[in-house]
Amino acid sequence: MFTQTPQRLTRRVLGSKLADALTTPHGVDRYVELVRPAFSLRDVRAEVVAVRRATARSVTLALRPNDNWEGFRAGQFVRLSVEVDGVRHTRCYSPASSAHVGDLLELTAHAQPDGVVSPFLRAGAQPGMVVSLSQAEGDFALPDERPGQLLLISGGSGITPVMSMLRTLCHEGYRGRIAFLHYARDEHDVAYRRQLAELAAGHANVRLLHGWSRQPGAGELDGRFERAHLRAAGVDPAEALTFACGPTGLLDAVRTTWAQDGLEERLHVEQFTAPAPAVVDGDAHVAGSLRFARSGVEATGTAAPLLEQAEAAGLRPTSGCRMGICHTCTCRKLEGAVRDLRTGEVSTAPGELIQICVNAPVGDVTLDI
Amino acid sequence: MTATTPPQLTPEQLDAFGRELDAIRERVIADLGERDAAYIRKIIKAQRGLEIGGRGLLELGFLPPAWLAGTVALSLSKILDNMEIGHNVMHGQYDWMNDEAVNGHAFEWDSACPSEQWRHSHNYMHHTHTNILGKDRDIGYGVLRMSEDQKWHPYYLGNPVYAALLALFFQWGVALHDLEVEQLNTGKAKWSDKRGMLKDIWRKGRRQALKDYALFPLLAGPGAPFTFAGNLTANAVRNVWAFMIIFCGHFPEGTQEFTEEECEGESRGEWYHRQLLGSANLTGGQLFHIMSGNLSHQIEHHLFPDLPAHRYAELAVEVREICERYGLPYNSGPLHKQFGSVVKKIVKLALPDGGGDERAPEPVAAAPKPKPKANAKPKPQSTPMRARRAKRVPVAA
Repeated sequence: MFTQTPQRLTRRVLGSKLADALTTPHGVDRYVELVRPAFSLRDVRAEVVAVRRATARSVTLALRPNDNWEGFRAGQFVRLSVEVDGVRHTRCYSPASSAHVGDLLELTAHAQPDGVVSPFLRAGAQPGMVVSLSQAEGDFALPDERPGQLLLISGGSGITPVMSMLRTLCHEGYRGRIAFLHYARDEHDVAYRRQLAELAAGHANVRLLHGWSRQPGAGELDGRFERAHLRAAGVDPAEALTFACGPTGLLDAVRTTWAQDGLEERLHVEQFTAPAPAVVDGDAHVAGSLRFARSGVEATGTAAPLLEQAEAAGLRPTSGCRMGICHTCTCRKLEGAVRDLRTGEVSTAPGELIQICVNAPVGDVTLDI
Repeated sequence: MTATTPPQLTPEQLDAFGRELDAIRERVIADLGERDAAYIRKIIKAQRGLEIGGRGLLELGFLPPAWLAGTVALSLSKILDNMEIGHNVMHGQYDWMNDEAVNGHAFEWDSACPSEQWRHSHNYMHHTHTNILGKDRDIGYGVLRMSEDQKWHPYYLGNPVYAALLALFFQWGVALHDLEVEQLNTGKAKWSDKRGMLKDIWRKGRRQALKDYALFPLLAGPGAPFTFAGNLTANAVRNVWAFMIIFCGHFPEGTQEFTEEECEGESRGEWYHRQLLGSANLTGGQLFHIMSGNLSHQIEHHLFPDLPAHRYAELAVEVREICERYGLPYNSGPLHKQFGSVVKKIVKLALPDGGGDERAPEPVAAAPKPKPKANAKPKPQSTPMRARRAKRVPVAA
């Protein structure tokens, strides 16, 4: 409380037109961040204040976002950026904390064997580290007007958004019935096992059921999701509003069940998909479609440089040397894989900057043009 | 002008030469990482520190030691900002980091020239068409005669004076560079075509001037004139230094120019070859290289314009060895020698060519002419230039 006023004053001074004019052309942030990395007048950044490694694969970060953070609705996700070996990578994570705890955010990452960000965080995240965040995004969120009954279903690392819903509801004293179905490999692979058990023990309206795929018979639910599990949980999907998040297999099973009952309207799903990069062997052209996101133009991809294909599609992206020298045509590749025509190297990183005069698409590609 | 004609390489040799350089490039690209990120951040931190320190000291500019130290620090800050940071970042050398702060398209520098225009005139025009008369507008910046192949005109009697003025006000020269004012004389463009660019230059220049010549001096209260003088000096020091380094990149004795015809349908190897013959290095210590934005490794910079410049010193060893093997010249010398030869050239070319080829071709980038009546009709270039290659080879797709 005592720091509030001087902090506001500092922000007002640093955000003033005079400060901007004095620090032109770089701007205030570029100076202040050298001593206070989490500070920014505009961007959301957060400092890691605590790190917990609950399972062999997961890492849970407690983050304190800066003043630009506008909060989130339980279930939404944020884009988190960290630098790994000099390169900034961005991934989506759903906060698992209660939406009512505004100044602290909890994210859990599960290390993917071929991943970049999650193994980096699992191995190296420590208090004091500063990360960049986006504002919260996504429609997979608790409605402001709370439904009378809820069914939350999650699989593996998909637990985080529904964990946030459960915590948020418990936090605000929600009285309706909540059934929570969680599927994992085994009991050791659940990052929130203890927290879930505590919430279930402390709230009579919360019913918690586990299904372990590698420990048949050990959990309350047997095997993969099936209709019988709803009966076991004592939920009628027609009455409860359902939120499900997890791998494709789980969600497909859930969707099918709800569709059979004609209850698609009562089901919200969010799929946690690991980016599946196109696997390419040799220099063969991989057919695919091109999408120019900003102009809304689509075309069929060829083996030609993306610049030429954009021009053939009637676009006029700025360009210069057409030989990879000047970087005039550099633009952001939002999705997909491209091949550098000079080296033959294929790169799949989402959101990376590419020179479209010397890169050709490999399969489907979306560009920010 | 040229001491010796370099050996003629066969198309096959040029291809092999190109492949060797491509291999260096690929190797460095695969190795980019933490080391490069840490380096550029360290330089940025040093620059911002020098700037804050320098500006702070200049607020106390009425004290002579503070004025001196502040001016030195601010000069160094501006040099680092423009050269090792700005110039290199805007080449896209750090784009792979995916960080907005060092993104080639997002970066703005502490110079009157809007970065967007710089990227066009420099990254594209100059680096693609290096030393091609009529295409590379860095040859003389449209005001100087820097090549015998630019036709002499009485206007050029002022060559040394224009050069001195350009050096002193280099940031403004650079700011106006991409306007291509000479197009107005030849009727290729109208003032109205340039309105957008002029507006951008005005906006950027005004913000720069406001900061250096009004706001920081006013903050010093009665010490305002001292702060003003310190800022003015720092800008001038940066201007002259940048001019010296940049003019040593392509104009010392031994560097070559090329014609458009010569460069048509160039192969990758030939492109590298032209970059090598058109550039010259400066020798010096590590600090000198940093303060020159590593443009002291102009040859390596022109071969690999988008590789992080702090690596050029390492690459120079290999490039030099490759050049030796192919019998190619590698122009390198200390600043005083290289700049001395540039000054000599500026002075010599102020006068009509004594005993040289009187039928030298038209300057394609026609200099602004003081008297329109002296304006000759532009003619297509027809002079045989130094033959660079034995045979033309098709472009490698």
